[in-house]
Amino acid sequence: MDAIIVDGLEKRYKEVQALDGVSFRVAAGEVFGLLGPNGAGKSTTVKVLTTLTTPDAGRAEVAGHDVVSAPNSVRRSIGYVPQSSGVDRDATGRENLMLQGRVQGMSGRKLRERVQHLLEQLGLADAADRVVRGYSGGMKRRLDVGLGLVHGPQVLFLDEPTTGLDPEARAAMWDELAVLAREELLTILLTTHYLEEADVLTHRLAIVSRGRVVVEGTAEELKASMQGEAVVVELSDGEVDDALAVLRALEEVGDVSADGKLLRSRVTDGARAVPPILAALDANGIAVEAVTMHRPSLDDVYLHYTGRDFRSEDEAGGLEEAD
Amino acid sequence: MKAVVHTWYMVGRQARNLMREPIWIVLLLVQPMIWLLLYGQLFKRVTNLPGGGFGTTSYIEFLAPAIVIMNAFFGATWSGMAMVSDLDRDVIPRFLATPVSRVSLVVSQIVRSALTALIQGIVILVVSLGLGVRVHAGVIGWGVVLLAAMLMNSAFAGISQGLALLTRKEATMIAIANFIGLPLFFLSSTLIAFRQMPSWMQQAGKFNPVNWGVVASRGVVLPATDWSSVGVHLGLLAGLTVATAAFATWTFRVYQRQL
Repeated sequence: MDAIIVDGLEKRYKEVQALDGVSFRVAAGEVFGLLGPNGAGKSTTVKVLTTLTTPDAGRAEVAGHDVVSAPNSVRRSIGYVPQSSGVDRDATGRENLMLQGRVQGMSGRKLRERVQHLLEQLGLADAADRVVRGYSGGMKRRLDVGLGLVHGPQVLFLDEPTTGLDPEARAAMWDELAVLAREELLTILLTTHYLEEADVLTHRLAIVSRGRVVVEGTAEELKASMQGEAVVVELSDGEVDDALAVLRALEEVGDVSADGKLLRSRVTDGARAVPPILAALDANGIAVEAVTMHRPSLDDVYLHYTGRDFRSEDEAGGLEEAD
Repeated sequence: MKAVVHTWYMVGRQARNLMREPIWIVLLLVQPMIWLLLYGQLFKRVTNLPGGGFGTTSYIEFLAPAIVIMNAFFGATWSGMAMVSDLDRDVIPRFLATPVSRVSLVVSQIVRSALTALIQGIVILVVSLGLGVRVHAGVIGWGVVLLAAMLMNSAFAGISQGLALLTRKEATMIAIANFIGLPLFFLSSTLIAFRQMPSWMQQAGKFNPVNWGVVASRGVVLPATDWSSVGVHLGLLAGLTVATAAFATWTFRVYQRQL
């Protein structure tokens, strides 16, 4: 059974076409990732699926309920962890969870026990009765997840769950989420712009760019769909344009793109392509700092399917603020 | 029914958070005292002015019911700040993804603000008694003063919530609160009898909601209560409260459409 069905969603904000026909399906029990830079339409998709906003066109169902015609049924079936922490910072962790449970229609002993269970499970039992203002970033984020889970939803939406966390807290959060997905029998949809996060956490993922899903599959499938290997050349000086021209002229080299002093190229056989690359650069008097070769990563997948480098687009982004 | 229960939960949340700030409670109680004592002393002799119009020789008796209203009014102009902070911190979107009553998210802010005005009103009245003020209309008079304070507060809290939802910026909120606050205050008979003011101010004051509250509140404190005037002014405030609550609810829909 599909826990989430998204079919041709469109949404426009003034001049910005945030969603331009997004479609995908997520099976019950699956952890699904929407991957893309800021402004790609990830957050807007989540807003439609959590009933915060309505689409201009297209259809979406969550846990069997239509998001437009039955929003309250959807709201009872889902948990939502917004991008920036939605906790009430002036209340304690326990108070936050109790209130969230009450507006979800829970009460009495059942609610108190559920809250206590979650606090223990999320490692917040000791801090439960302290005001959230004093929590660390990771604790606050775990409480956010708890708020999404208090009523035992079928589907959990995590909008960039680890953005702003330090690497240690991020790794801890990943472990936490992996355990929750198993124990709570949840379907999870998470958005991220960390390729690594999508790789570690999700069963399947879709790459979103400019309001559309450009490719969908498991991380392994996507990497396997890429031919050959990536060769990255780091230049000593900033002669990027010259170097690009030199590499493009070589028959061993496929797509090339520049990212600061880094030149990323795609080749069928790395071991055979590197000597001519270095020779050609040397012949043109371009000094090389380092050369690395690697199997395709999600970075490369992203570059391949969108024609744009992940980080450079991310920096140019910022549309997400507008929605 | 759900709307009422959820409003109660949300008021509880805000009240509990405020109670955690001891400094806030102190300010809440001490600030009105400062107004009462400062203005009470500063303008003590104005009741002797030729032309009169004060309806009493005791300035503190003239002033106290108006201070209750003034305090409720100024409190209301700031009430949207809590909404701005909830919007900033994604607390509202988090609630919107639950079946929570939408109306309760806005109305609870207005109710919380009005309850604050009620508590402050009681404190001011009690202290005024100690300063020799007598509420001539008795228990009903107390009820009228406190009702006027709550309506006064709710009416402007509705506007403040609406502005919070439309602008979502603290700096803009502060600017607007200052812009409307003092002029409306000085265009009312809070500190001085209407008869002592220039005639254009007297005319303008009739359309000033702050003055409606002052007239109703003062009417029951001073002797010889004109009940029809009290009733009309309370009615005007109630009408305004309904209108601004509707405005706040409408701005919430505007906010939701922008999500």
